[in-house]
Amino acid sequence: MSLIDQLNQLEQEALAALERAADLTALAEWKSAYLGKQGALSRLSRGLGALPAEERPAAGARFNAVRATLEQALERAEAQLKRIARQHAFEADQVDVTLPGRAPAIGRLHPTTQMLRTIYSVLGEMGFQVWESPEVETDEFNFQLLNMPPDHPARDMWDTFYIDTAPGEPTLLLRTHTSPGQIYAMRANAPNPVRAILPGKCYRYEQVTARHEMQFFQVEGIAIGEQISFADLKGTLVAFAERLYGKGVKTRFRPSYFPFTEPSVEFDIECFLCGGAGCRVCKHSGWLEILGAGMIHPTVLRNGGYDPEKVSGFAFGMGPERMAMLRYGIDDIRWFFSGDERFLQQF
Amino acid sequence: MRVPLSWLKEFVDITLPVEELAERLTRAGLECEGIERIGIEGADLPWDPEKIVIGSILEVRRHPNADRLVLADVDYGAGAPHTVVTGAPNLFPYKDKGRLPQPLKGVFAREGAELYDGHAEGWVKMRLKGRLVRGIMSDAMLCSEKELGLSEDHEGILILPDDAPVGMPLRDYLGDMVLKFDVLPNMARCLSILGVAREIAALTGAPLRMPEMTVVEDGPPIEGRVRVTIEEPDLCPRFTATLIEGVTVGPSPLWMQRRLIMAGMRPINNIVDISNYVMLELGGPNHMFDADRVADQHLIIRLARPGERLVTLDNKEHNLDASLGGGMLPLLVCDPQGPLSLAGVMGGASSEVSATTTRVLLEVAVWDPTIIRRMSSALRARSEASKRFERGVDYELPPLVQRRALSLLQRIAGGRVAKGMIDNYPRPWKPVTLDLTPREVRRIIGISLSAAEIADLLRPLGFACDLIDNGAAVRVTAPSSRRDITMLADLCEEVARMYGYDRIPLTLMADALPEQRNNPSLELELRVRDLLAGAGLDEAITYSLTSMAAVAAVNPADADASLYLRLANPLTPEREYLRRSLLPTLLEALAQNLRERERVLLFEIGRVYLKRAPGSDDPRPEEPRRLALALAGRRYERSWHTPDETVMDFFDLKGIVETLLARLNVSGVQFIPLTDDPRFHPGRAARLERDGRVLGVIGELHPEVCERLEIAVPRAMAAELDLELIGALVEPVRYRAISRYPATTQDLSLVAAITVPADRVAATIRKYAGALLESLTLFDVYEGEQVGAGKRSLTYRLVFRAPDRTLNDAEIAKIRQKIVRGLEYDLGATIRG
Ligand SMILES: [Zn+2]
Repeated sequence: MSLIDQLNQLEQEALAALERAADLTALAEWKSAYLGKQGALSRLSRGLGALPAEERPAAGARFNAVRATLEQALERAEAQLKRIARQHAFEADQVDVTLPGRAPAIGRLHPTTQMLRTIYSVLGEMGFQVWESPEVETDEFNFQLLNMPPDHPARDMWDTFYIDTAPGEPTLLLRTHTSPGQIYAMRANAPNPVRAILPGKCYRYEQVTARHEMQFFQVEGIAIGEQISFADLKGTLVAFAERLYGKGVKTRFRPSYFPFTEPSVEFDIECFLCGGAGCRVCKHSGWLEILGAGMIHPTVLRNGGYDPEKVSGFAFGMGPERMAMLRYGIDDIRWFFSGDERFLQQF
Repeated sequence: MRVPLSWLKEFVDITLPVEELAERLTRAGLECEGIERIGIEGADLPWDPEKIVIGSILEVRRHPNADRLVLADVDYGAGAPHTVVTGAPNLFPYKDKGRLPQPLKGVFAREGAELYDGHAEGWVKMRLKGRLVRGIMSDAMLCSEKELGLSEDHEGILILPDDAPVGMPLRDYLGDMVLKFDVLPNMARCLSILGVAREIAALTGAPLRMPEMTVVEDGPPIEGRVRVTIEEPDLCPRFTATLIEGVTVGPSPLWMQRRLIMAGMRPINNIVDISNYVMLELGGPNHMFDADRVADQHLIIRLARPGERLVTLDNKEHNLDASLGGGMLPLLVCDPQGPLSLAGVMGGASSEVSATTTRVLLEVAVWDPTIIRRMSSALRARSEASKRFERGVDYELPPLVQRRALSLLQRIAGGRVAKGMIDNYPRPWKPVTLDLTPREVRRIIGISLSAAEIADLLRPLGFACDLIDNGAAVRVTAPSSRRDITMLADLCEEVARMYGYDRIPLTLMADALPEQRNNPSLELELRVRDLLAGAGLDEAITYSLTSMAAVAAVNPADADASLYLRLANPLTPEREYLRRSLLPTLLEALAQNLRERERVLLFEIGRVYLKRAPGSDDPRPEEPRRLALALAGRRYERSWHTPDETVMDFFDLKGIVETLLARLNVSGVQFIPLTDDPRFHPGRAARLERDGRVLGVIGELHPEVCERLEIAVPRAMAAELDLELIGALVEPVRYRAISRYPATTQDLSLVAAITVPADRVAATIRKYAGALLESLTLFDVYEGEQVGAGKRSLTYRLVFRAPDRTLNDAEIAKIRQKIVRGLEYDLGATIRG
């Protein structure tokens, strides 16, 4: 048999043996049997030298071709076996992907905090900056400087908790609104313009019900400058509402009364729960009261150190709990101060 | 303010649909909070116009088989009279009297009509069905007020006035609407039908009508028969009095009763009803004295004198001292013998109009709002009258109120009106006149109007407007009904209101952005909240108010009431004191949550309220912000992944606090054992200190605290930190250059006495390791037989690295040698490896 024939036969025999190799060990044995230094192919190659010179190139070429064929076949077989082995491994390693994952324990911020942050960020972009002031206030700051001298009938709008003070000491109370902050912010800035957000806890002497709390947060905004008008107040509030409640939200401005603003306005948005058709939450009016506002009363401006004939300004106030209640559909304000995880973990 | 539509329509024509009118008024500042319907479509009980009509009771006959029932023949405008079986007691007097010479008018309801059940509790609807009553067919009825939903009264049938048109649907006769307005303090003028009508007239352009005011002054002159003396003209700027003699006290007519009821008042008798009716109609509270019970018919307006007492209409006796005037002496209307009434607030029992009254002395006055407010607050009786006086009544109104009241009295109660009116007017109304420029309107409102346009907007509201300075300004004089107008801003509001708030353009502030500044205190709060939420804690916000009992539950030693700010008027004893620590309320929340779940981690950032030292300049307390943390229960949420059943302990909380401080870049905080704080386990608590200043406390709660709070889990942890102090320690983050050279790691295991705190060991290692020590991690702590009693082994991993070279073994060995010697020398430690 010629060397070429022997090569051909070896090729067929080796490929057939490779077919039968079922695992990586068998493949290794096959490799050493056919392609190893002492393997069949090497043994045949020794016969090359004995060939006549003119036959050698053809036999050599054939020899290389067979080696290449076998090496490729081995590679394919290895890949195939690896694929099968991995497949088996996958099957053994398979999980029920519907089992719950390992949850990182990440806490939650109180819904009031979240609402406040939204307000800060929207108003912050318009140049309003947070300004905080005391919760325990004097009658002067909570009422008098805000244009409510003693016996002013508007004081009835705020039922007040008073601090038990010794006779002769100044009256102290729990602030009924964050408006005293207006005076601090003004006095710190007058006569320069100011835009401030006044957030914080307020208190009202009011029976606690699903709708009323004795403690609640309020956020007020003020802007004071040389050419600030009611139209600016409207523009600012609508821009604010569009950021919170969506572009194009329907709004309503109606005259109202606050002793520290003149003119005063109540700002409503179309009830997003019923689309304005009327529901329990909007008391069937189709509108939700979102905030109260107005042009700062000249007396208040004066108390803050400004000349009301030179500068003007607006103020607005809102309740983050009420806003969160509307946003999330919360029906009872008492949950806000319960510290109850069943509530806190929903936001 | 409840305004019946029929009443309003007497003053102004209303052509708009009522809903639209309500919206117009709301947008003009008079908020309509709802519309109530009575008998008409949309009412809770609409009266069927086919089945509920006015009937004329022609004859009342006995029932052949029942003494407690009668038969009434009712003509309801449909041919033959219909026989109705009824038990109405108010028909019994007419029984067997034959055909009534003057038929009675009632409400006739036919089979199928829907009515309220007159005998059921509350408001139960029923449909009228025909049935045999003691042998007589009953398929119709005469209705009581309750059956129609007009009042609770179901004793007898409703008797209508004689001129009620037979056959007219009741809906058209008594059906009405009530507009409910929320009248804000600046709209006091709208606490009257006239006031609301005036607003509507101004908004719609419809003319305003005044009611019938004809009075026949057929009595002798009042002059010389009635005297009025005002001793306090500042408190009583105007007092008018008239006299009507020969009145007959009795029930007022149905229409008046209906309107009073719809407006929310209870009918009493014609005299009292007229007094209330005129107050509601014109906004002028008034008072009717029985003239015969006023000594000398002399009214004296003065302050109370020592020892005086008065029994008011509600039969309560009052000491007329300063406590009744909120620090001022109460203002009285007296006769020469003594007090008759609390001026403008409440009448006295002695001079009250009674069934036998024939002469009525009618007082219409204007009082100082402050004294009225003080008296009504002190009395805790805010009457319809005092509500109006407190907000300021029109000075020019009293003569009008007098005329209208006399006209009604004469028409309804009869009597002769004395000629003339006593009008004591010591402090006449001073009209307010202001010059409003288009520039001011533009500056405040942001709209450009000419002076003429401004005047056109204001005139319909009753403002007198003259263009001055060649049309550069409007000279505006407010009507006396507008006591709220005192300055230009008030006029700007009126202009804006009439122009329409919705028509004012939307603009954004054009002026320069004010100086912007940093707010480190807010930024700190934001960071702390984010870090703690990231660490797995939920944020709570609890009440600032607490009780001594809640404080004592956490720490009896803290429950010293004298340290706390206390409310003078707490709502409940649970919320009486302003907190000095966040722990009592936060731990309450922790305990509450532990009843529901196995793992609770909470934090709160809030203020505490600390009294200042006596003599401080600022009467307000200090309000530093605190951070409190509370946690207890399983370390890991129960899950199929984690067989770990361990519960959290001191180190879980400490780890959170350490991480928080590290991430805020607050360094050098020491944890010093806290053994004597009754809130905490004496062996598992620490005080946080930095440079000798206490930043807060941390620890496992004392078992007694847990018992008092009813916390049942084995360990509960809490910390309270001073956020103001921590904020001051925050240092800016500095970048450290990252070395490109490799690190060398060394483990070091040592044995030291248990009494040597771990932070001292670490500090000693750091001290001797020098600058090349990059990190130090304690990764094993062992106590037990192998190391001997009173000792423990601590194993650290030390990582060394130089910024500029690779460290060689010799260098590391030298450092290690130094550390080992240092530990042995300083702490008596031995090295295990
Ligand atoms: Zn709605």
